[in-house]
Amino acid sequence: MRSVEAGSLALAPAPARAPRLPGGRGLIGLVLPLALALAWEAAVRAGLAQGRLVPPPSRVLATLWGLSASGELWTHVLASLSRVAAGFGFGAVAGIAVGALTGTLPLARRLVDPSLQALRAIPSIAWVPLFILWFGIFEASKITLIAVGVFFPVYLGVAGAIAGVDRKLVEVGRVFRLSRLALARRILLPAVLPATLVALRTGLGLGFMFVAAAELLGASEGLGYLLLDGQQLGKPDQIVAAILAFAILGKLCDAVLVGLSSPLARWQDTARDTL
Amino acid sequence: MLILDRLSKTYADGTRALADLSLEVRAGEIVALIGGSGCGKTTLLRLIAGLDRASAGRISLDGEGIAAPHPGVGIVFQEPRLLPWLSVADNAGFGLADLPKAERRARVAHALERVGLAEHAGRWPRDLSGGQQQRVAITRAFVAAPKVLLLDEPFSALDALTRAGLHRHLLALWEESRPTVLLVTHDVAEAVALADRAVVLRPKPGRIDDTIPLPLSRPRQPSSPGSEAAARTILASLDRSLRPEGETDRTRPDASAMWW
Repeated sequence: MRSVEAGSLALAPAPARAPRLPGGRGLIGLVLPLALALAWEAAVRAGLAQGRLVPPPSRVLATLWGLSASGELWTHVLASLSRVAAGFGFGAVAGIAVGALTGTLPLARRLVDPSLQALRAIPSIAWVPLFILWFGIFEASKITLIAVGVFFPVYLGVAGAIAGVDRKLVEVGRVFRLSRLALARRILLPAVLPATLVALRTGLGLGFMFVAAAELLGASEGLGYLLLDGQQLGKPDQIVAAILAFAILGKLCDAVLVGLSSPLARWQDTARDTL
Repeated sequence: MLILDRLSKTYADGTRALADLSLEVRAGEIVALIGGSGCGKTTLLRLIAGLDRASAGRISLDGEGIAAPHPGVGIVFQEPRLLPWLSVADNAGFGLADLPKAERRARVAHALERVGLAEHAGRWPRDLSGGQQQRVAITRAFVAAPKVLLLDEPFSALDALTRAGLHRHLLALWEESRPTVLLVTHDVAEAVALADRAVVLRPKPGRIDDTIPLPLSRPRQPSSPGSEAAARTILASLDRSLRPEGETDRTRPDASAMWW
């Protein structure tokens, strides 16, 4: 009894190590940006620098606060966020569907994959003129651009994950006479889940990249519009505020995706490192 | 009764893995298939498990032909092949998905108790040692209550002490339902410790060279005179099987190294 207890105690620290706590070690990463920000603030206050083109943190935060208080910021955040959500949704669903198809059916892979690889070589921004001609200058062309950007990493990740499923585990399913459906549900799906989640995260990151691009190219609202507006009116503090908002929004969305998905992949030996 | 009738397997690249292999195994018998590398041991098990098709010949279990995975046949592979996203208990009960939950749980708990893993039921496979993982794999095969259990060198990656422990766990499970066991091994001591009969295979193409009955009582002591004599007989037969046909006395320098 005693030894069993000792054994389980000895094993206990392993799971405790697993979750990465944002505090502690994460805080050290804040030292450098905070120090730089404080130094710049001090330099501007002391009159050593003008801070007109590179606004000090206090002015950026004041601008951010002002935009937030007037409700303007939330309009732009909501606009950008809904574009990313729609584009990410379409792109991710299409990427998973096509990836699953080419991953499981060799014929589909030979038929479709070369074309997709060729399309992938095109920088997504190059589509913009065509999308504007096809879908107009409003939401549809922006969402399409984002969806295209999200599609490729998700497609590649899913197709690669399915192709890489261990044949030996599939054989375990065959020995127990699983139907095709049961095999997909009980072995293929869990096996490809971790790689799919990583692909989705990459896709989400690209979604934010393309929403900024789309909004810079012409929009009446959105964080990208805020950037452009700041440039045209010569308000660097507004540009930096919009950049900050993008960073926070992107990080939050990524954290939500990880939070939703990490319980599904906690069995993974390497999950704590990749997710 | 498991009957292998003139089984042959030729792979697409022309390799002849098995040629005209016939064997009858009584219900409840433990047979060790022993031989050097390349004598088609794993191929043979894959055919019986229904994972590959024979090029010629027939496999039947109690009169029923086998050409695809059969509910009466279970297999333990060389590696544990546990599903990393399932707990130990769920892995062990993987083949019981059709049973009601309560019965599945009871069967799994009982079998895990038998192999000494009851307290690990809720853990992930990644937290177990290699020997423990292989015990879960053996449990997974046993709880499905197969009539024939195929073991493909399941202990070959483990150290001698762990292996002896696993032999005990295997026999403990076998005692309960007494399935027919076909054990592929390259370890003479393992054959002597477990089997009722050792079948020595000859390579290229694989076929039966010799059959050695092992009428020793259980539990067996590896150091007992009976065990040692049996091991010597198998070794001599194995040595003979590795010599090319027609060659009588000329010693081949690498022959003795081949069966390790």
